[in-house]
Formats: sequence, C-alpha cells, structure tokens
Amino acid sequence: MATTYFTSDHEWLRVEGGIATVGITDYAQEQLGDLVFVELPETGKKLTKGDTAVVVESVKAASDVYAPVDGEITEANGTLSSDPSLVNSAATGAGWLWKMKLADASQLAGLMDEAAYKAHIG
Amino acid sequence: MTGDDTKHLPLEDIHMAAGARFGAFAGWSMPLTYPAGVMKEHLRTREQAGLFDISHMKLFEVSGPEAVSLLNRACPLDAGALEISHSKLSFFLNEAGGILDDLIVTRLGDIRFMVVANAGNAVADEKHLRALAADFDARVEPLDRVFLAIQGPEAWAALSRAGIETGSLLFMHGVEPRKNWFMSRSGYTGEDGFEIGLPEADARDLVAKLLGDERVLWIGLAARDSLRLEAGLCLHGQDITPEIDPASAALMWAIPKDVRASGAFIGADALRAAVERGPAQKRVGLKPEGRQPVRAGAALFDADGNPAGHVTSGGFGPSAGHPVAMGYVAAPLAKPGIRVFADVRGTKIPVDISSLPFTPHRYRKG
Repeated sequence: MATTYFTSDHEWLRVEGGIATVGITDYAQEQLGDLVFVELPETGKKLTKGDTAVVVESVKAASDVYAPVDGEITEANGTLSSDPSLVNSAATGAGWLWKMKLADASQLAGLMDEAAYKAHIG
Repeated sequence: MTGDDTKHLPLEDIHMAAGARFGAFAGWSMPLTYPAGVMKEHLRTREQAGLFDISHMKLFEVSGPEAVSLLNRACPLDAGALEISHSKLSFFLNEAGGILDDLIVTRLGDIRFMVVANAGNAVADEKHLRALAADFDARVEPLDRVFLAIQGPEAWAALSRAGIETGSLLFMHGVEPRKNWFMSRSGYTGEDGFEIGLPEADARDLVAKLLGDERVLWIGLAARDSLRLEAGLCLHGQDITPEIDPASAALMWAIPKDVRASGAFIGADALRAAVERGPAQKRVGLKPEGRQPVRAGAALFDADGNPAGHVTSGGFGPSAGHPVAMGYVAAPLAKPGIRVFADVRGTKIPVDISSLPFTPHRYRKG
C-alpha cells in the first residue's frame, strides 16, 4: 500500500517498498504555468534532502525542484523529455519527475499528509 | 520592488476580476498572466487579438515653437523631417552614446509631438526632458492616460466592432481620434496592432467592448515578453542599457544617415566614434539546440571555450516552437549560423547565432 507525503516546497512523494516516486503538486504546476522543458537527473545520482534534483522550465522562468529526502535516483520520467506539459496536465500522475531509493525512511515523518498540505496552501 | 512605493494600474480592479496573477515590474504591480496561461495568451495574440494594459509606460506631450529643436537635441532624430502622424523609434542617449531609453516619437502637429517612454525610465525621462527643455521654447507635459495595446491579426477588426475604425492608419503612424486620445498603429509583439492612450472612463468603456469580442483575450507581461523576444525587439534594462550604444545594439537603422553625420544630439560625438571604430560586440539572435531554454545572464563561449559574450534575454518561443534568446557576442562571431555555447547550470548548450526576428513581423505597412 503506497503512502503519499507532501513537502512545504510543493513536492509530493508516493512511497512503496522503499522507493519514492516524486513530483510537484497540482498547486505548484499551476503557479509555474506552462512547462516547456524538464531537466531530468541521471539514474544513480545520490541526493541529500534539499539538493536540486530537477529543474523545470516554463516559458518565462526556470525553477528548482528539491530532493524531499536523502536517497539515490533509480529512474527519471523520460516521457517528459518529449512532453513536459504532462507535468501541467497530470502533475500527480503521469507527470511524475523521478523515483528514488530512500536512504533514511525516518525522514518521511517530517513530511505532511494531504490534509496538512491542503491547509499549508490554504 | 515592494511596499508603499509600488504603483498600481488605474484598471487594476478589472484585471483582478479577470483573475490576473500580479507581479512587480519596474516599480509597478502588473498582471503577469491570466487564467489562460502564458502559452495560450501568446498564441492568441499571434492568431487573433491580445489586449495589454501598458499604462505603466508614459506618454509625454512635447510642444512649443522649439519642440523640434528640443527633440533633435534629446534624440538622434530629425523631428522636423517627420510628417504629421509619422512615428519613429528613437533614443535618449547619454554623453557616452549609451541608451538611457528607447522611445517612440510621433508628430501630432507642426509644433506638437507625442513621446512614449518605458515604465522603468519614465521618471528619469521626464526629468531629463524637462532639464533640456529649459534651453528651448518648448513644453514637456506628462499625460495622465490609461494606455492599452491591442495586438494581433484581428486587432483592427475587434476595434472596428468596438466602434473604432483604423483603416487608413498604417504601421508607425499615430493620430488623435478623439479628445484626449492618442492611437498609433504600433506595438511590441511583431503583429499588426495598436496602442491607445485615453482617459480612464473611456478606457473602461473600450475594454468592456473589446472583452465582449470572443477574439480578444487579456495578455499579461509574461506573454508580452515572449512575444517581443520572438519579434527580436529589445527590452530596455536587459538587451539595451546605458552601457550599450545603438551601433552595438544593431539599432543604427533607427538613426537617419544625415543625423548620424551632423546631428547635434546628446551623445553624437561618442556615437560617431563608436561607429568609426566599429562595435566590439553586437546584439544577435540566439537559437539554442534542443528544447532547453537559455536565459538572460548565461555566459557564451566559442568552440575553443573562450568567452564569447552573454545572453540578455532568453526563454521559450511558443510560436517559434523552440527556445529563443538574444544577446551580445564578439563582433567577429555576429554572423548567422556561427555556433557558440551557452553555460546553463554547468552544461554547455550549443547555440547558433540567428537572424532576427524569430517569427516574421506582420506589420500593416501599406
């Protein structure tokens, strides 16, 4: 059974069997506007919580997406190379950004659940 | 810029009602996007008609027996050679020939002109022009107007439906169709279109009529920026600055030959010297390979890794369908087709020098 967590930086993580699928929330994609490019990470890259994992680019600006926890990239969503707008149309589904193997599952305790995130964005 | 100094558009309530997202620009709180989003706003302007509130820009009326002499001193321009209703792009230059601002000068009468200046420089421009006017029998009057732009192939038709006929007005011409109105066929998107300065009450009425036309959509500053960049038009403060002269900026076409040779405008000597020795760097179009945008501030390198210049404007061109940018490169590299490399977060992205504009201009020239 997957559990979904949220960060105050507007990322979501769906954790299943020690692997987190990470993306940005619908609120975040709406704030960013139409995405035209996603700079994806390489598989095997080790990230510390707070590192820039992905850069998403809209017509107007580039924005960093941070690693919400420590871990190692196991997969990047290659579909976004040809269709970055998937992040706009399906931010929490087909528009996921990367998957990572958790280095320390206890870090999840510091993240929000959906209700807390909804309260966070008001 | 934030806090109490932020200026607000007279029609801000209308933008709020339209769901605009606001942001700070040149001291103003400006609509950046509307619910349609940058991509749709940009494409709507190219395909039908986009409505822009550009009231942050400033209209000045310059009049008096020596208005021509004042403008000829302030700008590399032969104001006396302008026929009535003709508009011309010109500049305020500093003594070093650097561009203090770019502006559009329109001749309204024998001794009456309209000058349209950029938002960020409006206060400095007024001070500059007033100081110069002390030496001439001329008056400088900033006008209190709402300023709207309607741009796109259907702009004329939307105005016509709103009761404003534009038929005989051609690109870079301006008229006063009603009392306290100024309307020019110009704009900053590369499309056919109009800029209209008018009193607030009239503006509210006109906006209501225009928005009742399904072809017309409010367009924010974000799409204005991608539109002008695709059209190869400079943004002051970014692509042109007081450190850049018109020769480096590839804008000498805006300065008549005889004015270059013998004009007594501020900065004339410096500009002549700059033209004589040839600019060390030139403004060019930049077309990045692939899909990744290359943005303002990115450093450029030649094929051997030597510094070659920098990007001054960059983003994605929704109509071009690829990233677009502008910047300065060393003069020998300023030829379409030459490849340079942009440093984007440590990765070298191949970028080809490109001719401008990225999307063809569709001005109504006659």
